[in-house]
This record gives sequence, structure tokens and C-alpha cells, in this order.
Amino acid sequence: MDFLSRLFRDSGSKEAAVERLRLVLVHDRAQVSPGLLETLKEELIQVISKYMDIDEKGMVVQLNSSDQRATLMANIPVRRVKR
Amino acid sequence: MSGKSIVVTSGKGGVGKTTTVANIGTGLALRGKRVVLLDADIGLRNLDVVMGLENRIVFDLVAVCEKKCKIRQALIKDKRFENLYLIPAAQTREKDAVTPAQMKELCDELRKEFDYIIIDCPAGIEQGFKNAVAGADEAIVVTTPEVSAVRDADRIIGLLQANELYEPRLVINRIRPEMVRKGDMMDIEDVNDILAISLLGVIPDDEMIIISTNKGEPAVMDKNSRAGEAYRNVVARLEGEDVPIMSLDNNHSVFQRIKRWIGM
Repeated sequence: MDFLSRLFRDSGSKEAAVERLRLVLVHDRAQVSPGLLETLKEELIQVISKYMDIDEKGMVVQLNSSDQRATLMANIPVRRVKR
Repeated sequence: MSGKSIVVTSGKGGVGKTTTVANIGTGLALRGKRVVLLDADIGLRNLDVVMGLENRIVFDLVAVCEKKCKIRQALIKDKRFENLYLIPAAQTREKDAVTPAQMKELCDELRKEFDYIIIDCPAGIEQGFKNAVAGADEAIVVTTPEVSAVRDADRIIGLLQANELYEPRLVINRIRPEMVRKGDMMDIEDVNDILAISLLGVIPDDEMIIISTNKGEPAVMDKNSRAGEAYRNVVARLEGEDVPIMSLDNNHSVFQRIKRWIGM
């Protein structure tokens, strides 16, 4: 089993550690809690819904980091534009 | 003579701050430097036992800061090195028994007598932390390759910078090469990438540390200890020498690598 697991490298738990750390540190550094992000997301939905019909379930709002800097990433699938 | 004061901190408890202070201090003394170790962890005194000096304490840090004794009276001379001293923390008092201004004043006095003042910072980010960093010229951040420890180290780095300690250096403690190899522990590069400060040293997990702490003799004195060797390298780097990070793998032969690769 050890041999097999070695063939599929990234199977160790370290990848999970690095990924979780990166995410938690983006929030720590920017002092943005997951709760604040959730509130922001709900308000975004309200505003955008005035103009567009959006897929709320498919919507992603998250903080990312690049070069020690936080960036807000929002991916909002649009079903149709209201006229 | 004007010495340098270095605070050793981590945020999270139990990552090896006190052990690091004891080993760096003893390592510097081994090189003939005049060193004083300052235990700022008031209420949870431990540096004395790690150094094996617990039986010699009369005065402590709080007594010095409250001017109930002279600095000289609170300096405990090490058993092994005559150029190494300890000022122990008070055991019975609260963390706010001392102020940052008092710590700064004490460090300024000690700087006249010693080449190095190594300050053992308590865990946490409250008053004890503020006291410990107040008199420091430089900072060392100790972490282990775990999510919680690295997260706290990141927080501490931010707080150090807010206290004008802009270039803290990193010690990654208790690396287990075997687990790193299996992909079950973050390696030096992972931790270093995330924290993005300069790397002062990497200490392998070593049972000798427990044995040396049992005896009250810092591992840096032990020629056979891997962690001791790693601490000697840290000390050399503090002294400005360019020492490469040592390889953490014990066996290098091709045969052993193949054996390991197929999981034997």
C-alpha cells in the first residue's frame, strides 16, 4: 500500500495543511471573517438581482491572496439580464 | 560594550521557545560570548529548569524591576559557563507585575555588560508579550510545521512589526524528515513560503531534547545530538556566519533511497 500511495504523490495530509493555512491566513491578514464575507455575498445578491437574474447556488465569493495582498474574487453566473 | 537583545517568541505555546532560548544562549556562551538569558514568562517560570539552575534562585525579574534588589543580585551564574547568566521569571506574580518601560530600562542596563540578551517570551499576545518585546532589538519566531503553530507565527510576525521589530527571523522546530518524505508534514519550503521571513534555522525532532531537558543540560552542548548540531548552526548564523541548512535525511545511499521508495 505504501508503494501504491507513493505513486500518487499528493496523497499525504500536508497538501491539506498548506491549503487550509493559506485560506485561514488570507482571512487573518485582511481581518475579514468568513461571516463578513457571507454578509457581503448576501448584499451583493440583493444589488445584482435588481438588474440580473443570477444563479445563487453557483455563486462564489472568496478572498484570495497574491503577493501578500488580499483580492476579492466573485464569480456570479448570470441566467439572464432583466429589462 | 553594547550588546544585542533578542526576543524569542512564537504566539502558540509548546513549540519550543524556552528550549530554543536555552540552546541559543548556551551556544553563544560556548563561543565565549557574554550572555544573559531573561525569562519574561512571569507566573510560568521554566527557563530555570531547562538550564538546570532551579536550585539557585533567590531574586527574580519582578524584584529587579521593582528595584527590590540590584540587577547583579538577580543574575544567576550558569554551572558550566562563567560567561552565561540567567535572570529568572517570578513564579508567584501576575504577568502585569512588570511594565514595558521597566523591561526596556533593564535591557539597556544589561546591554552594557553583555554581548547578548536572550529574552524568553510567554505564549500569547497580551501584556507578557508586550513586556518581552519592549526591550528587544531583534526577534526570533519559533514555529513547528503544524497549521495552528504557523498561523499563530504569522500573527506574531505582524505584531512584532507593529512593535518596530521589522525583520524577525524564523526557526522551524521539530521537523520530522520521515513524515515530510511521506507528504504528511509541511516541509521547510512550505512554511517558509507562507511566512515569508528570513530563515534562521531548522531543528529536527530529536529525543535527545527530552533527555537533555530531563537533565537540565541544553542539547547544544551534546556533540551527538542532531538538534544540538542544528542549534549550533543557528548560533553560527546569529554570529553572521554563512552556514547552509543541514540535510535532514539520515541515510543518503542510493540503495536506502530505493528501499524507502518502494516502502520497505
